Amino acid sequence: MSAVKPGYARPLDLRTGRVGLAFGAGGRAMAQLIAELFARAFANDYLGRGDDGAVLPAPGPGERLVMSTDAHVVSPLFFPGGDIGSLSVHGTVNDLAVMGARPLYLAASFILEEGFPLADLARIVESMAAAARTAGVLVVTGDTKVVEQGKGDGVFITTTGVGALPAGRDPGGARARPGDVVLVSGRLGEHGMAIMAQRESLAFESEIVSDSAALNGLVEALYAAVPADAIRVLRDPTRGGLASTLNEIAAQSGVGMELDEAAIPVSPPVRAACELLGLDPLCVANEGQLVALCAPEHADALLAAMRAHPLGAEASRIGTATSDPQHFVQIRTGVGGWRMVDWLSGEQLPRIC
Amino acid sequence: MKYIDEFRDQALAAGLARAIAHEAGTGRDYAFMEFCGGHTHTLSRYGIADLLPPTLRMIHGPGCPVCVLPIGRVDMAIRLALSRPEVILCTYGDCLRVPASDGLSLLKAKAHGADVRMVYSTADALALARREPGREVVFFAIGFETTTPPTALVLREAARQGLANFSVICNHVLTPAAIAAILEPPGGNAPQAVQIDGFVGPAHVSTVIGSRPYEAFASTHRKPVVIAGFEPLDVMQAILMLLRQVNTGRAVVENEFTRAVTRDGNLKAQALVAEVFEPRPGFEWRGLGTLPDSALRIRVAFTAWDAEAKFDLGYTPVPDNKACECGAILRGVKSPIDCKLFGTVCTPETPMGSCMVSSEGACAAHYTYGRFRDLPLRASDTATPANQDTA
Repeated sequence: MSAVKPGYARPLDLRTGRVGLAFGAGGRAMAQLIAELFARAFANDYLGRGDDGAVLPAPGPGERLVMSTDAHVVSPLFFPGGDIGSLSVHGTVNDLAVMGARPLYLAASFILEEGFPLADLARIVESMAAAARTAGVLVVTGDTKVVEQGKGDGVFITTTGVGALPAGRDPGGARARPGDVVLVSGRLGEHGMAIMAQRESLAFESEIVSDSAALNGLVEALYAAVPADAIRVLRDPTRGGLASTLNEIAAQSGVGMELDEAAIPVSPPVRAACELLGLDPLCVANEGQLVALCAPEHADALLAAMRAHPLGAEASRIGTATSDPQHFVQIRTGVGGWRMVDWLSGEQLPRIC
Repeated sequence: MKYIDEFRDQALAAGLARAIAHEAGTGRDYAFMEFCGGHTHTLSRYGIADLLPPTLRMIHGPGCPVCVLPIGRVDMAIRLALSRPEVILCTYGDCLRVPASDGLSLLKAKAHGADVRMVYSTADALALARREPGREVVFFAIGFETTTPPTALVLREAARQGLANFSVICNHVLTPAAIAAILEPPGGNAPQAVQIDGFVGPAHVSTVIGSRPYEAFASTHRKPVVIAGFEPLDVMQAILMLLRQVNTGRAVVENEFTRAVTRDGNLKAQALVAEVFEPRPGFEWRGLGTLPDSALRIRVAFTAWDAEAKFDLGYTPVPDNKACECGAILRGVKSPIDCKLFGTVCTPETPMGSCMVSSEGACAAHYTYGRFRDLPLRASDTATPANQDTA
C-alpha cells in the first residue's frame, strides 16, 4: 500500500517532523494535522464530521448544563506522572466534576510554536486521548494556531468542557455553613512538587510523581453515598493549593475554618522537598485531589466513600467550618499552637536561608 | 522525617511549655529577642505564642537578610538590569519582591524588560554564566554569614576558570555588628533602645562563625545568648534556657543547637570568606543606619568579578517611606501592628516596607500567620473557656 495519501504530498512525519507555520494557516497542512493526528487520536462521530462546531444531544430531563474552560501553560511539558496533554483533560474534567456535573464533551484549542517536534506533539495528543477515554469524555471540536518560534513555549492547550448537572446537585463555594466538616481526598502537593523538582532539576531520593487524575468518578461515588444536599462544597485545590482553596470557600460562604495540621495528608518526599525549599505544602498545587465540605451528620459516610475509591484511599477529615466574621482559616499546628493558613501571596518563593 | 519530627513533637512541646511557664512565674516580665528571621518564622508558623506565658514577650530582631537590605542597594541592581540589555541579573527568590524606588522591585523590573532570574544557589548563577558566554551574568548576593561562603566559593571558582562574564554585587552583612547596634544604638540613641533580657542566637549563621563571637555581648552587656536551631522545640528549649540564666543571674553563651554548632564554627568556611572578602568601612542597614565594619566587600584580587567595580555602580541612599515603621520594627522598638500601614496599604501583595516581603520578615510573618491574634478569640475558644488562656 502506498504511503502517499490522496491529496497529500506525503503523510505527516510524526517521528522527526516539526510544527511549521503552515499548520496554523488554515490550509491543507492544517487539515492534514487535524486528520492525521487530532481526529485520529480523539476519534468520535462528532469530531469526525469535521464541522466548525459539534451538535450534541440535550441533557436528560431536569438536568442542567455546566460549562468550564481552562488554559494550560505548564513547563516542562512532560513531567513524572503526566504531561500537558493529560493535564489539559484532567483540569477541565475536574472543574466540571467539582460543580457536581458529569463531564461529557471537551473542546481543545492548541497554540503550537513553530519548530516544535511533531513526535512530542503526537505524544501529548495521544496522552490527551487516553486521559479523555479514562474520564469518559469526548473531544468533539477544536482549534489549532501556530505562532512563530520564540513566541510560544512549545505548546499551550486550552480545553473547554461541557457537563450535565443532575437534578438536586448544587455544590457551590457559598454553601458552607458553620459546623460543616472539611475533607480532602488524599496527599497534598504532589503535582506542584513534581513540576518544581523537574523544572529546577532537583533530584530527590524518591521521585515525586504528579497526582494528575480525573476526579469525576470519585465525585459520582460521593453522590452515590450521601444525599446530594449533604455535599455543600466541592473544589479541586489546584494553583494556590489547599490554602487558597479553603480561603476562597471561607470568603464565599462567610465562614471561618479550623483545621488540624496532624490530619492533613502530605507524603514524606513532598514534606522533605518543601522543607528543603522553604515552601508550605498547603500552598503547593494539586491536580488530582478534591476538597469537600459536607453536613456533619454525613461526614463519616462521605469519608468512607472517598476511601473506598482508588483516588481517595488516603482521604482525611481535616477540620471544621466555624462562625468567624473575619473568615480566617486557622490551623492547630503539630506542636499544639494556632496559626492562620492564609492565601498564597504571589508565587511561593524559596526562603534564602 | 527523622531529625525533624523529633523536634515537632506535641507532647514534648507541652512539657516544655509547662517548664517555661514554671520558670517564668516569678512575677516579673521577660523580653527576649530572636535575632534570626528564621526563628521569627518558626514562632509564627507553629503558633508558639499560644504555648508561652503572657509575661514573656518575644521581640523580632534584625536577622532577616531581605529586611535589612536598604532600598538603595536594590535600586543599584534594578538600574543595572534595566540599563544593560546584556546583563542577566540573578538572585535568590526572596529578593525579587523587595520594594525599591519608582514603584519598582526586581520582579517589576523584569516585567519592564530586564532579564531578572531567580536562582536556588550561587552554583546555578555560575552555571548560567558558563551557558551564556555572550551575556553578563551578575549575581545579587545577600545574606548573613550563612550565605557568604557559597558566594565566596563561586567567586573563587570564576577566578580560577577565568570566567569573564560573571560578577557579584556583594551585600553580605555581619551578625555581630547588628547585635552590637541593637545593644549600643549608633549615636548613643538610648530612647530608641529596647529592653532585652537575652537573645535567641542564630542557628545557620553560627554553624559558620561558631558561638565564640557572641561571648563579648554576654559578658560586656550581661545579656544571655542561647544559640538555637529552627525547629519549634529548639526555640522553646532556648527560651527555657534563657529564662534559667536570667533567673539565676547568669549571662553566658549557651548552645542549644549542639547538633550543628561548635564554639569555633566552620574554620574552612571562615578561611574561604577571608580569602575573598574584607570588611567594608561602612554599610547602610535598613533600620539600623550606617554601621562600621558591618558588611563585606570583594577583595582587590577579585575586582574583575566585582560588579560594583566592573559596571561602575554607585550607591545612592534612599530614605524609607515616612509612614513605614520597618526601621523601628527591625530594632525591636515597635511591633508590626504599631505601623499604620500594616495590613492596610502594606500587605504581602503590596509590600511598602521590606519587613512585609520575606516570610522571615516580622510583618509578613505576623500578617500571614498571626493576625488573628489582633482580633477576638476563635469560635472554639468561646465554646471551651478552658482554652482562653492560651489564645
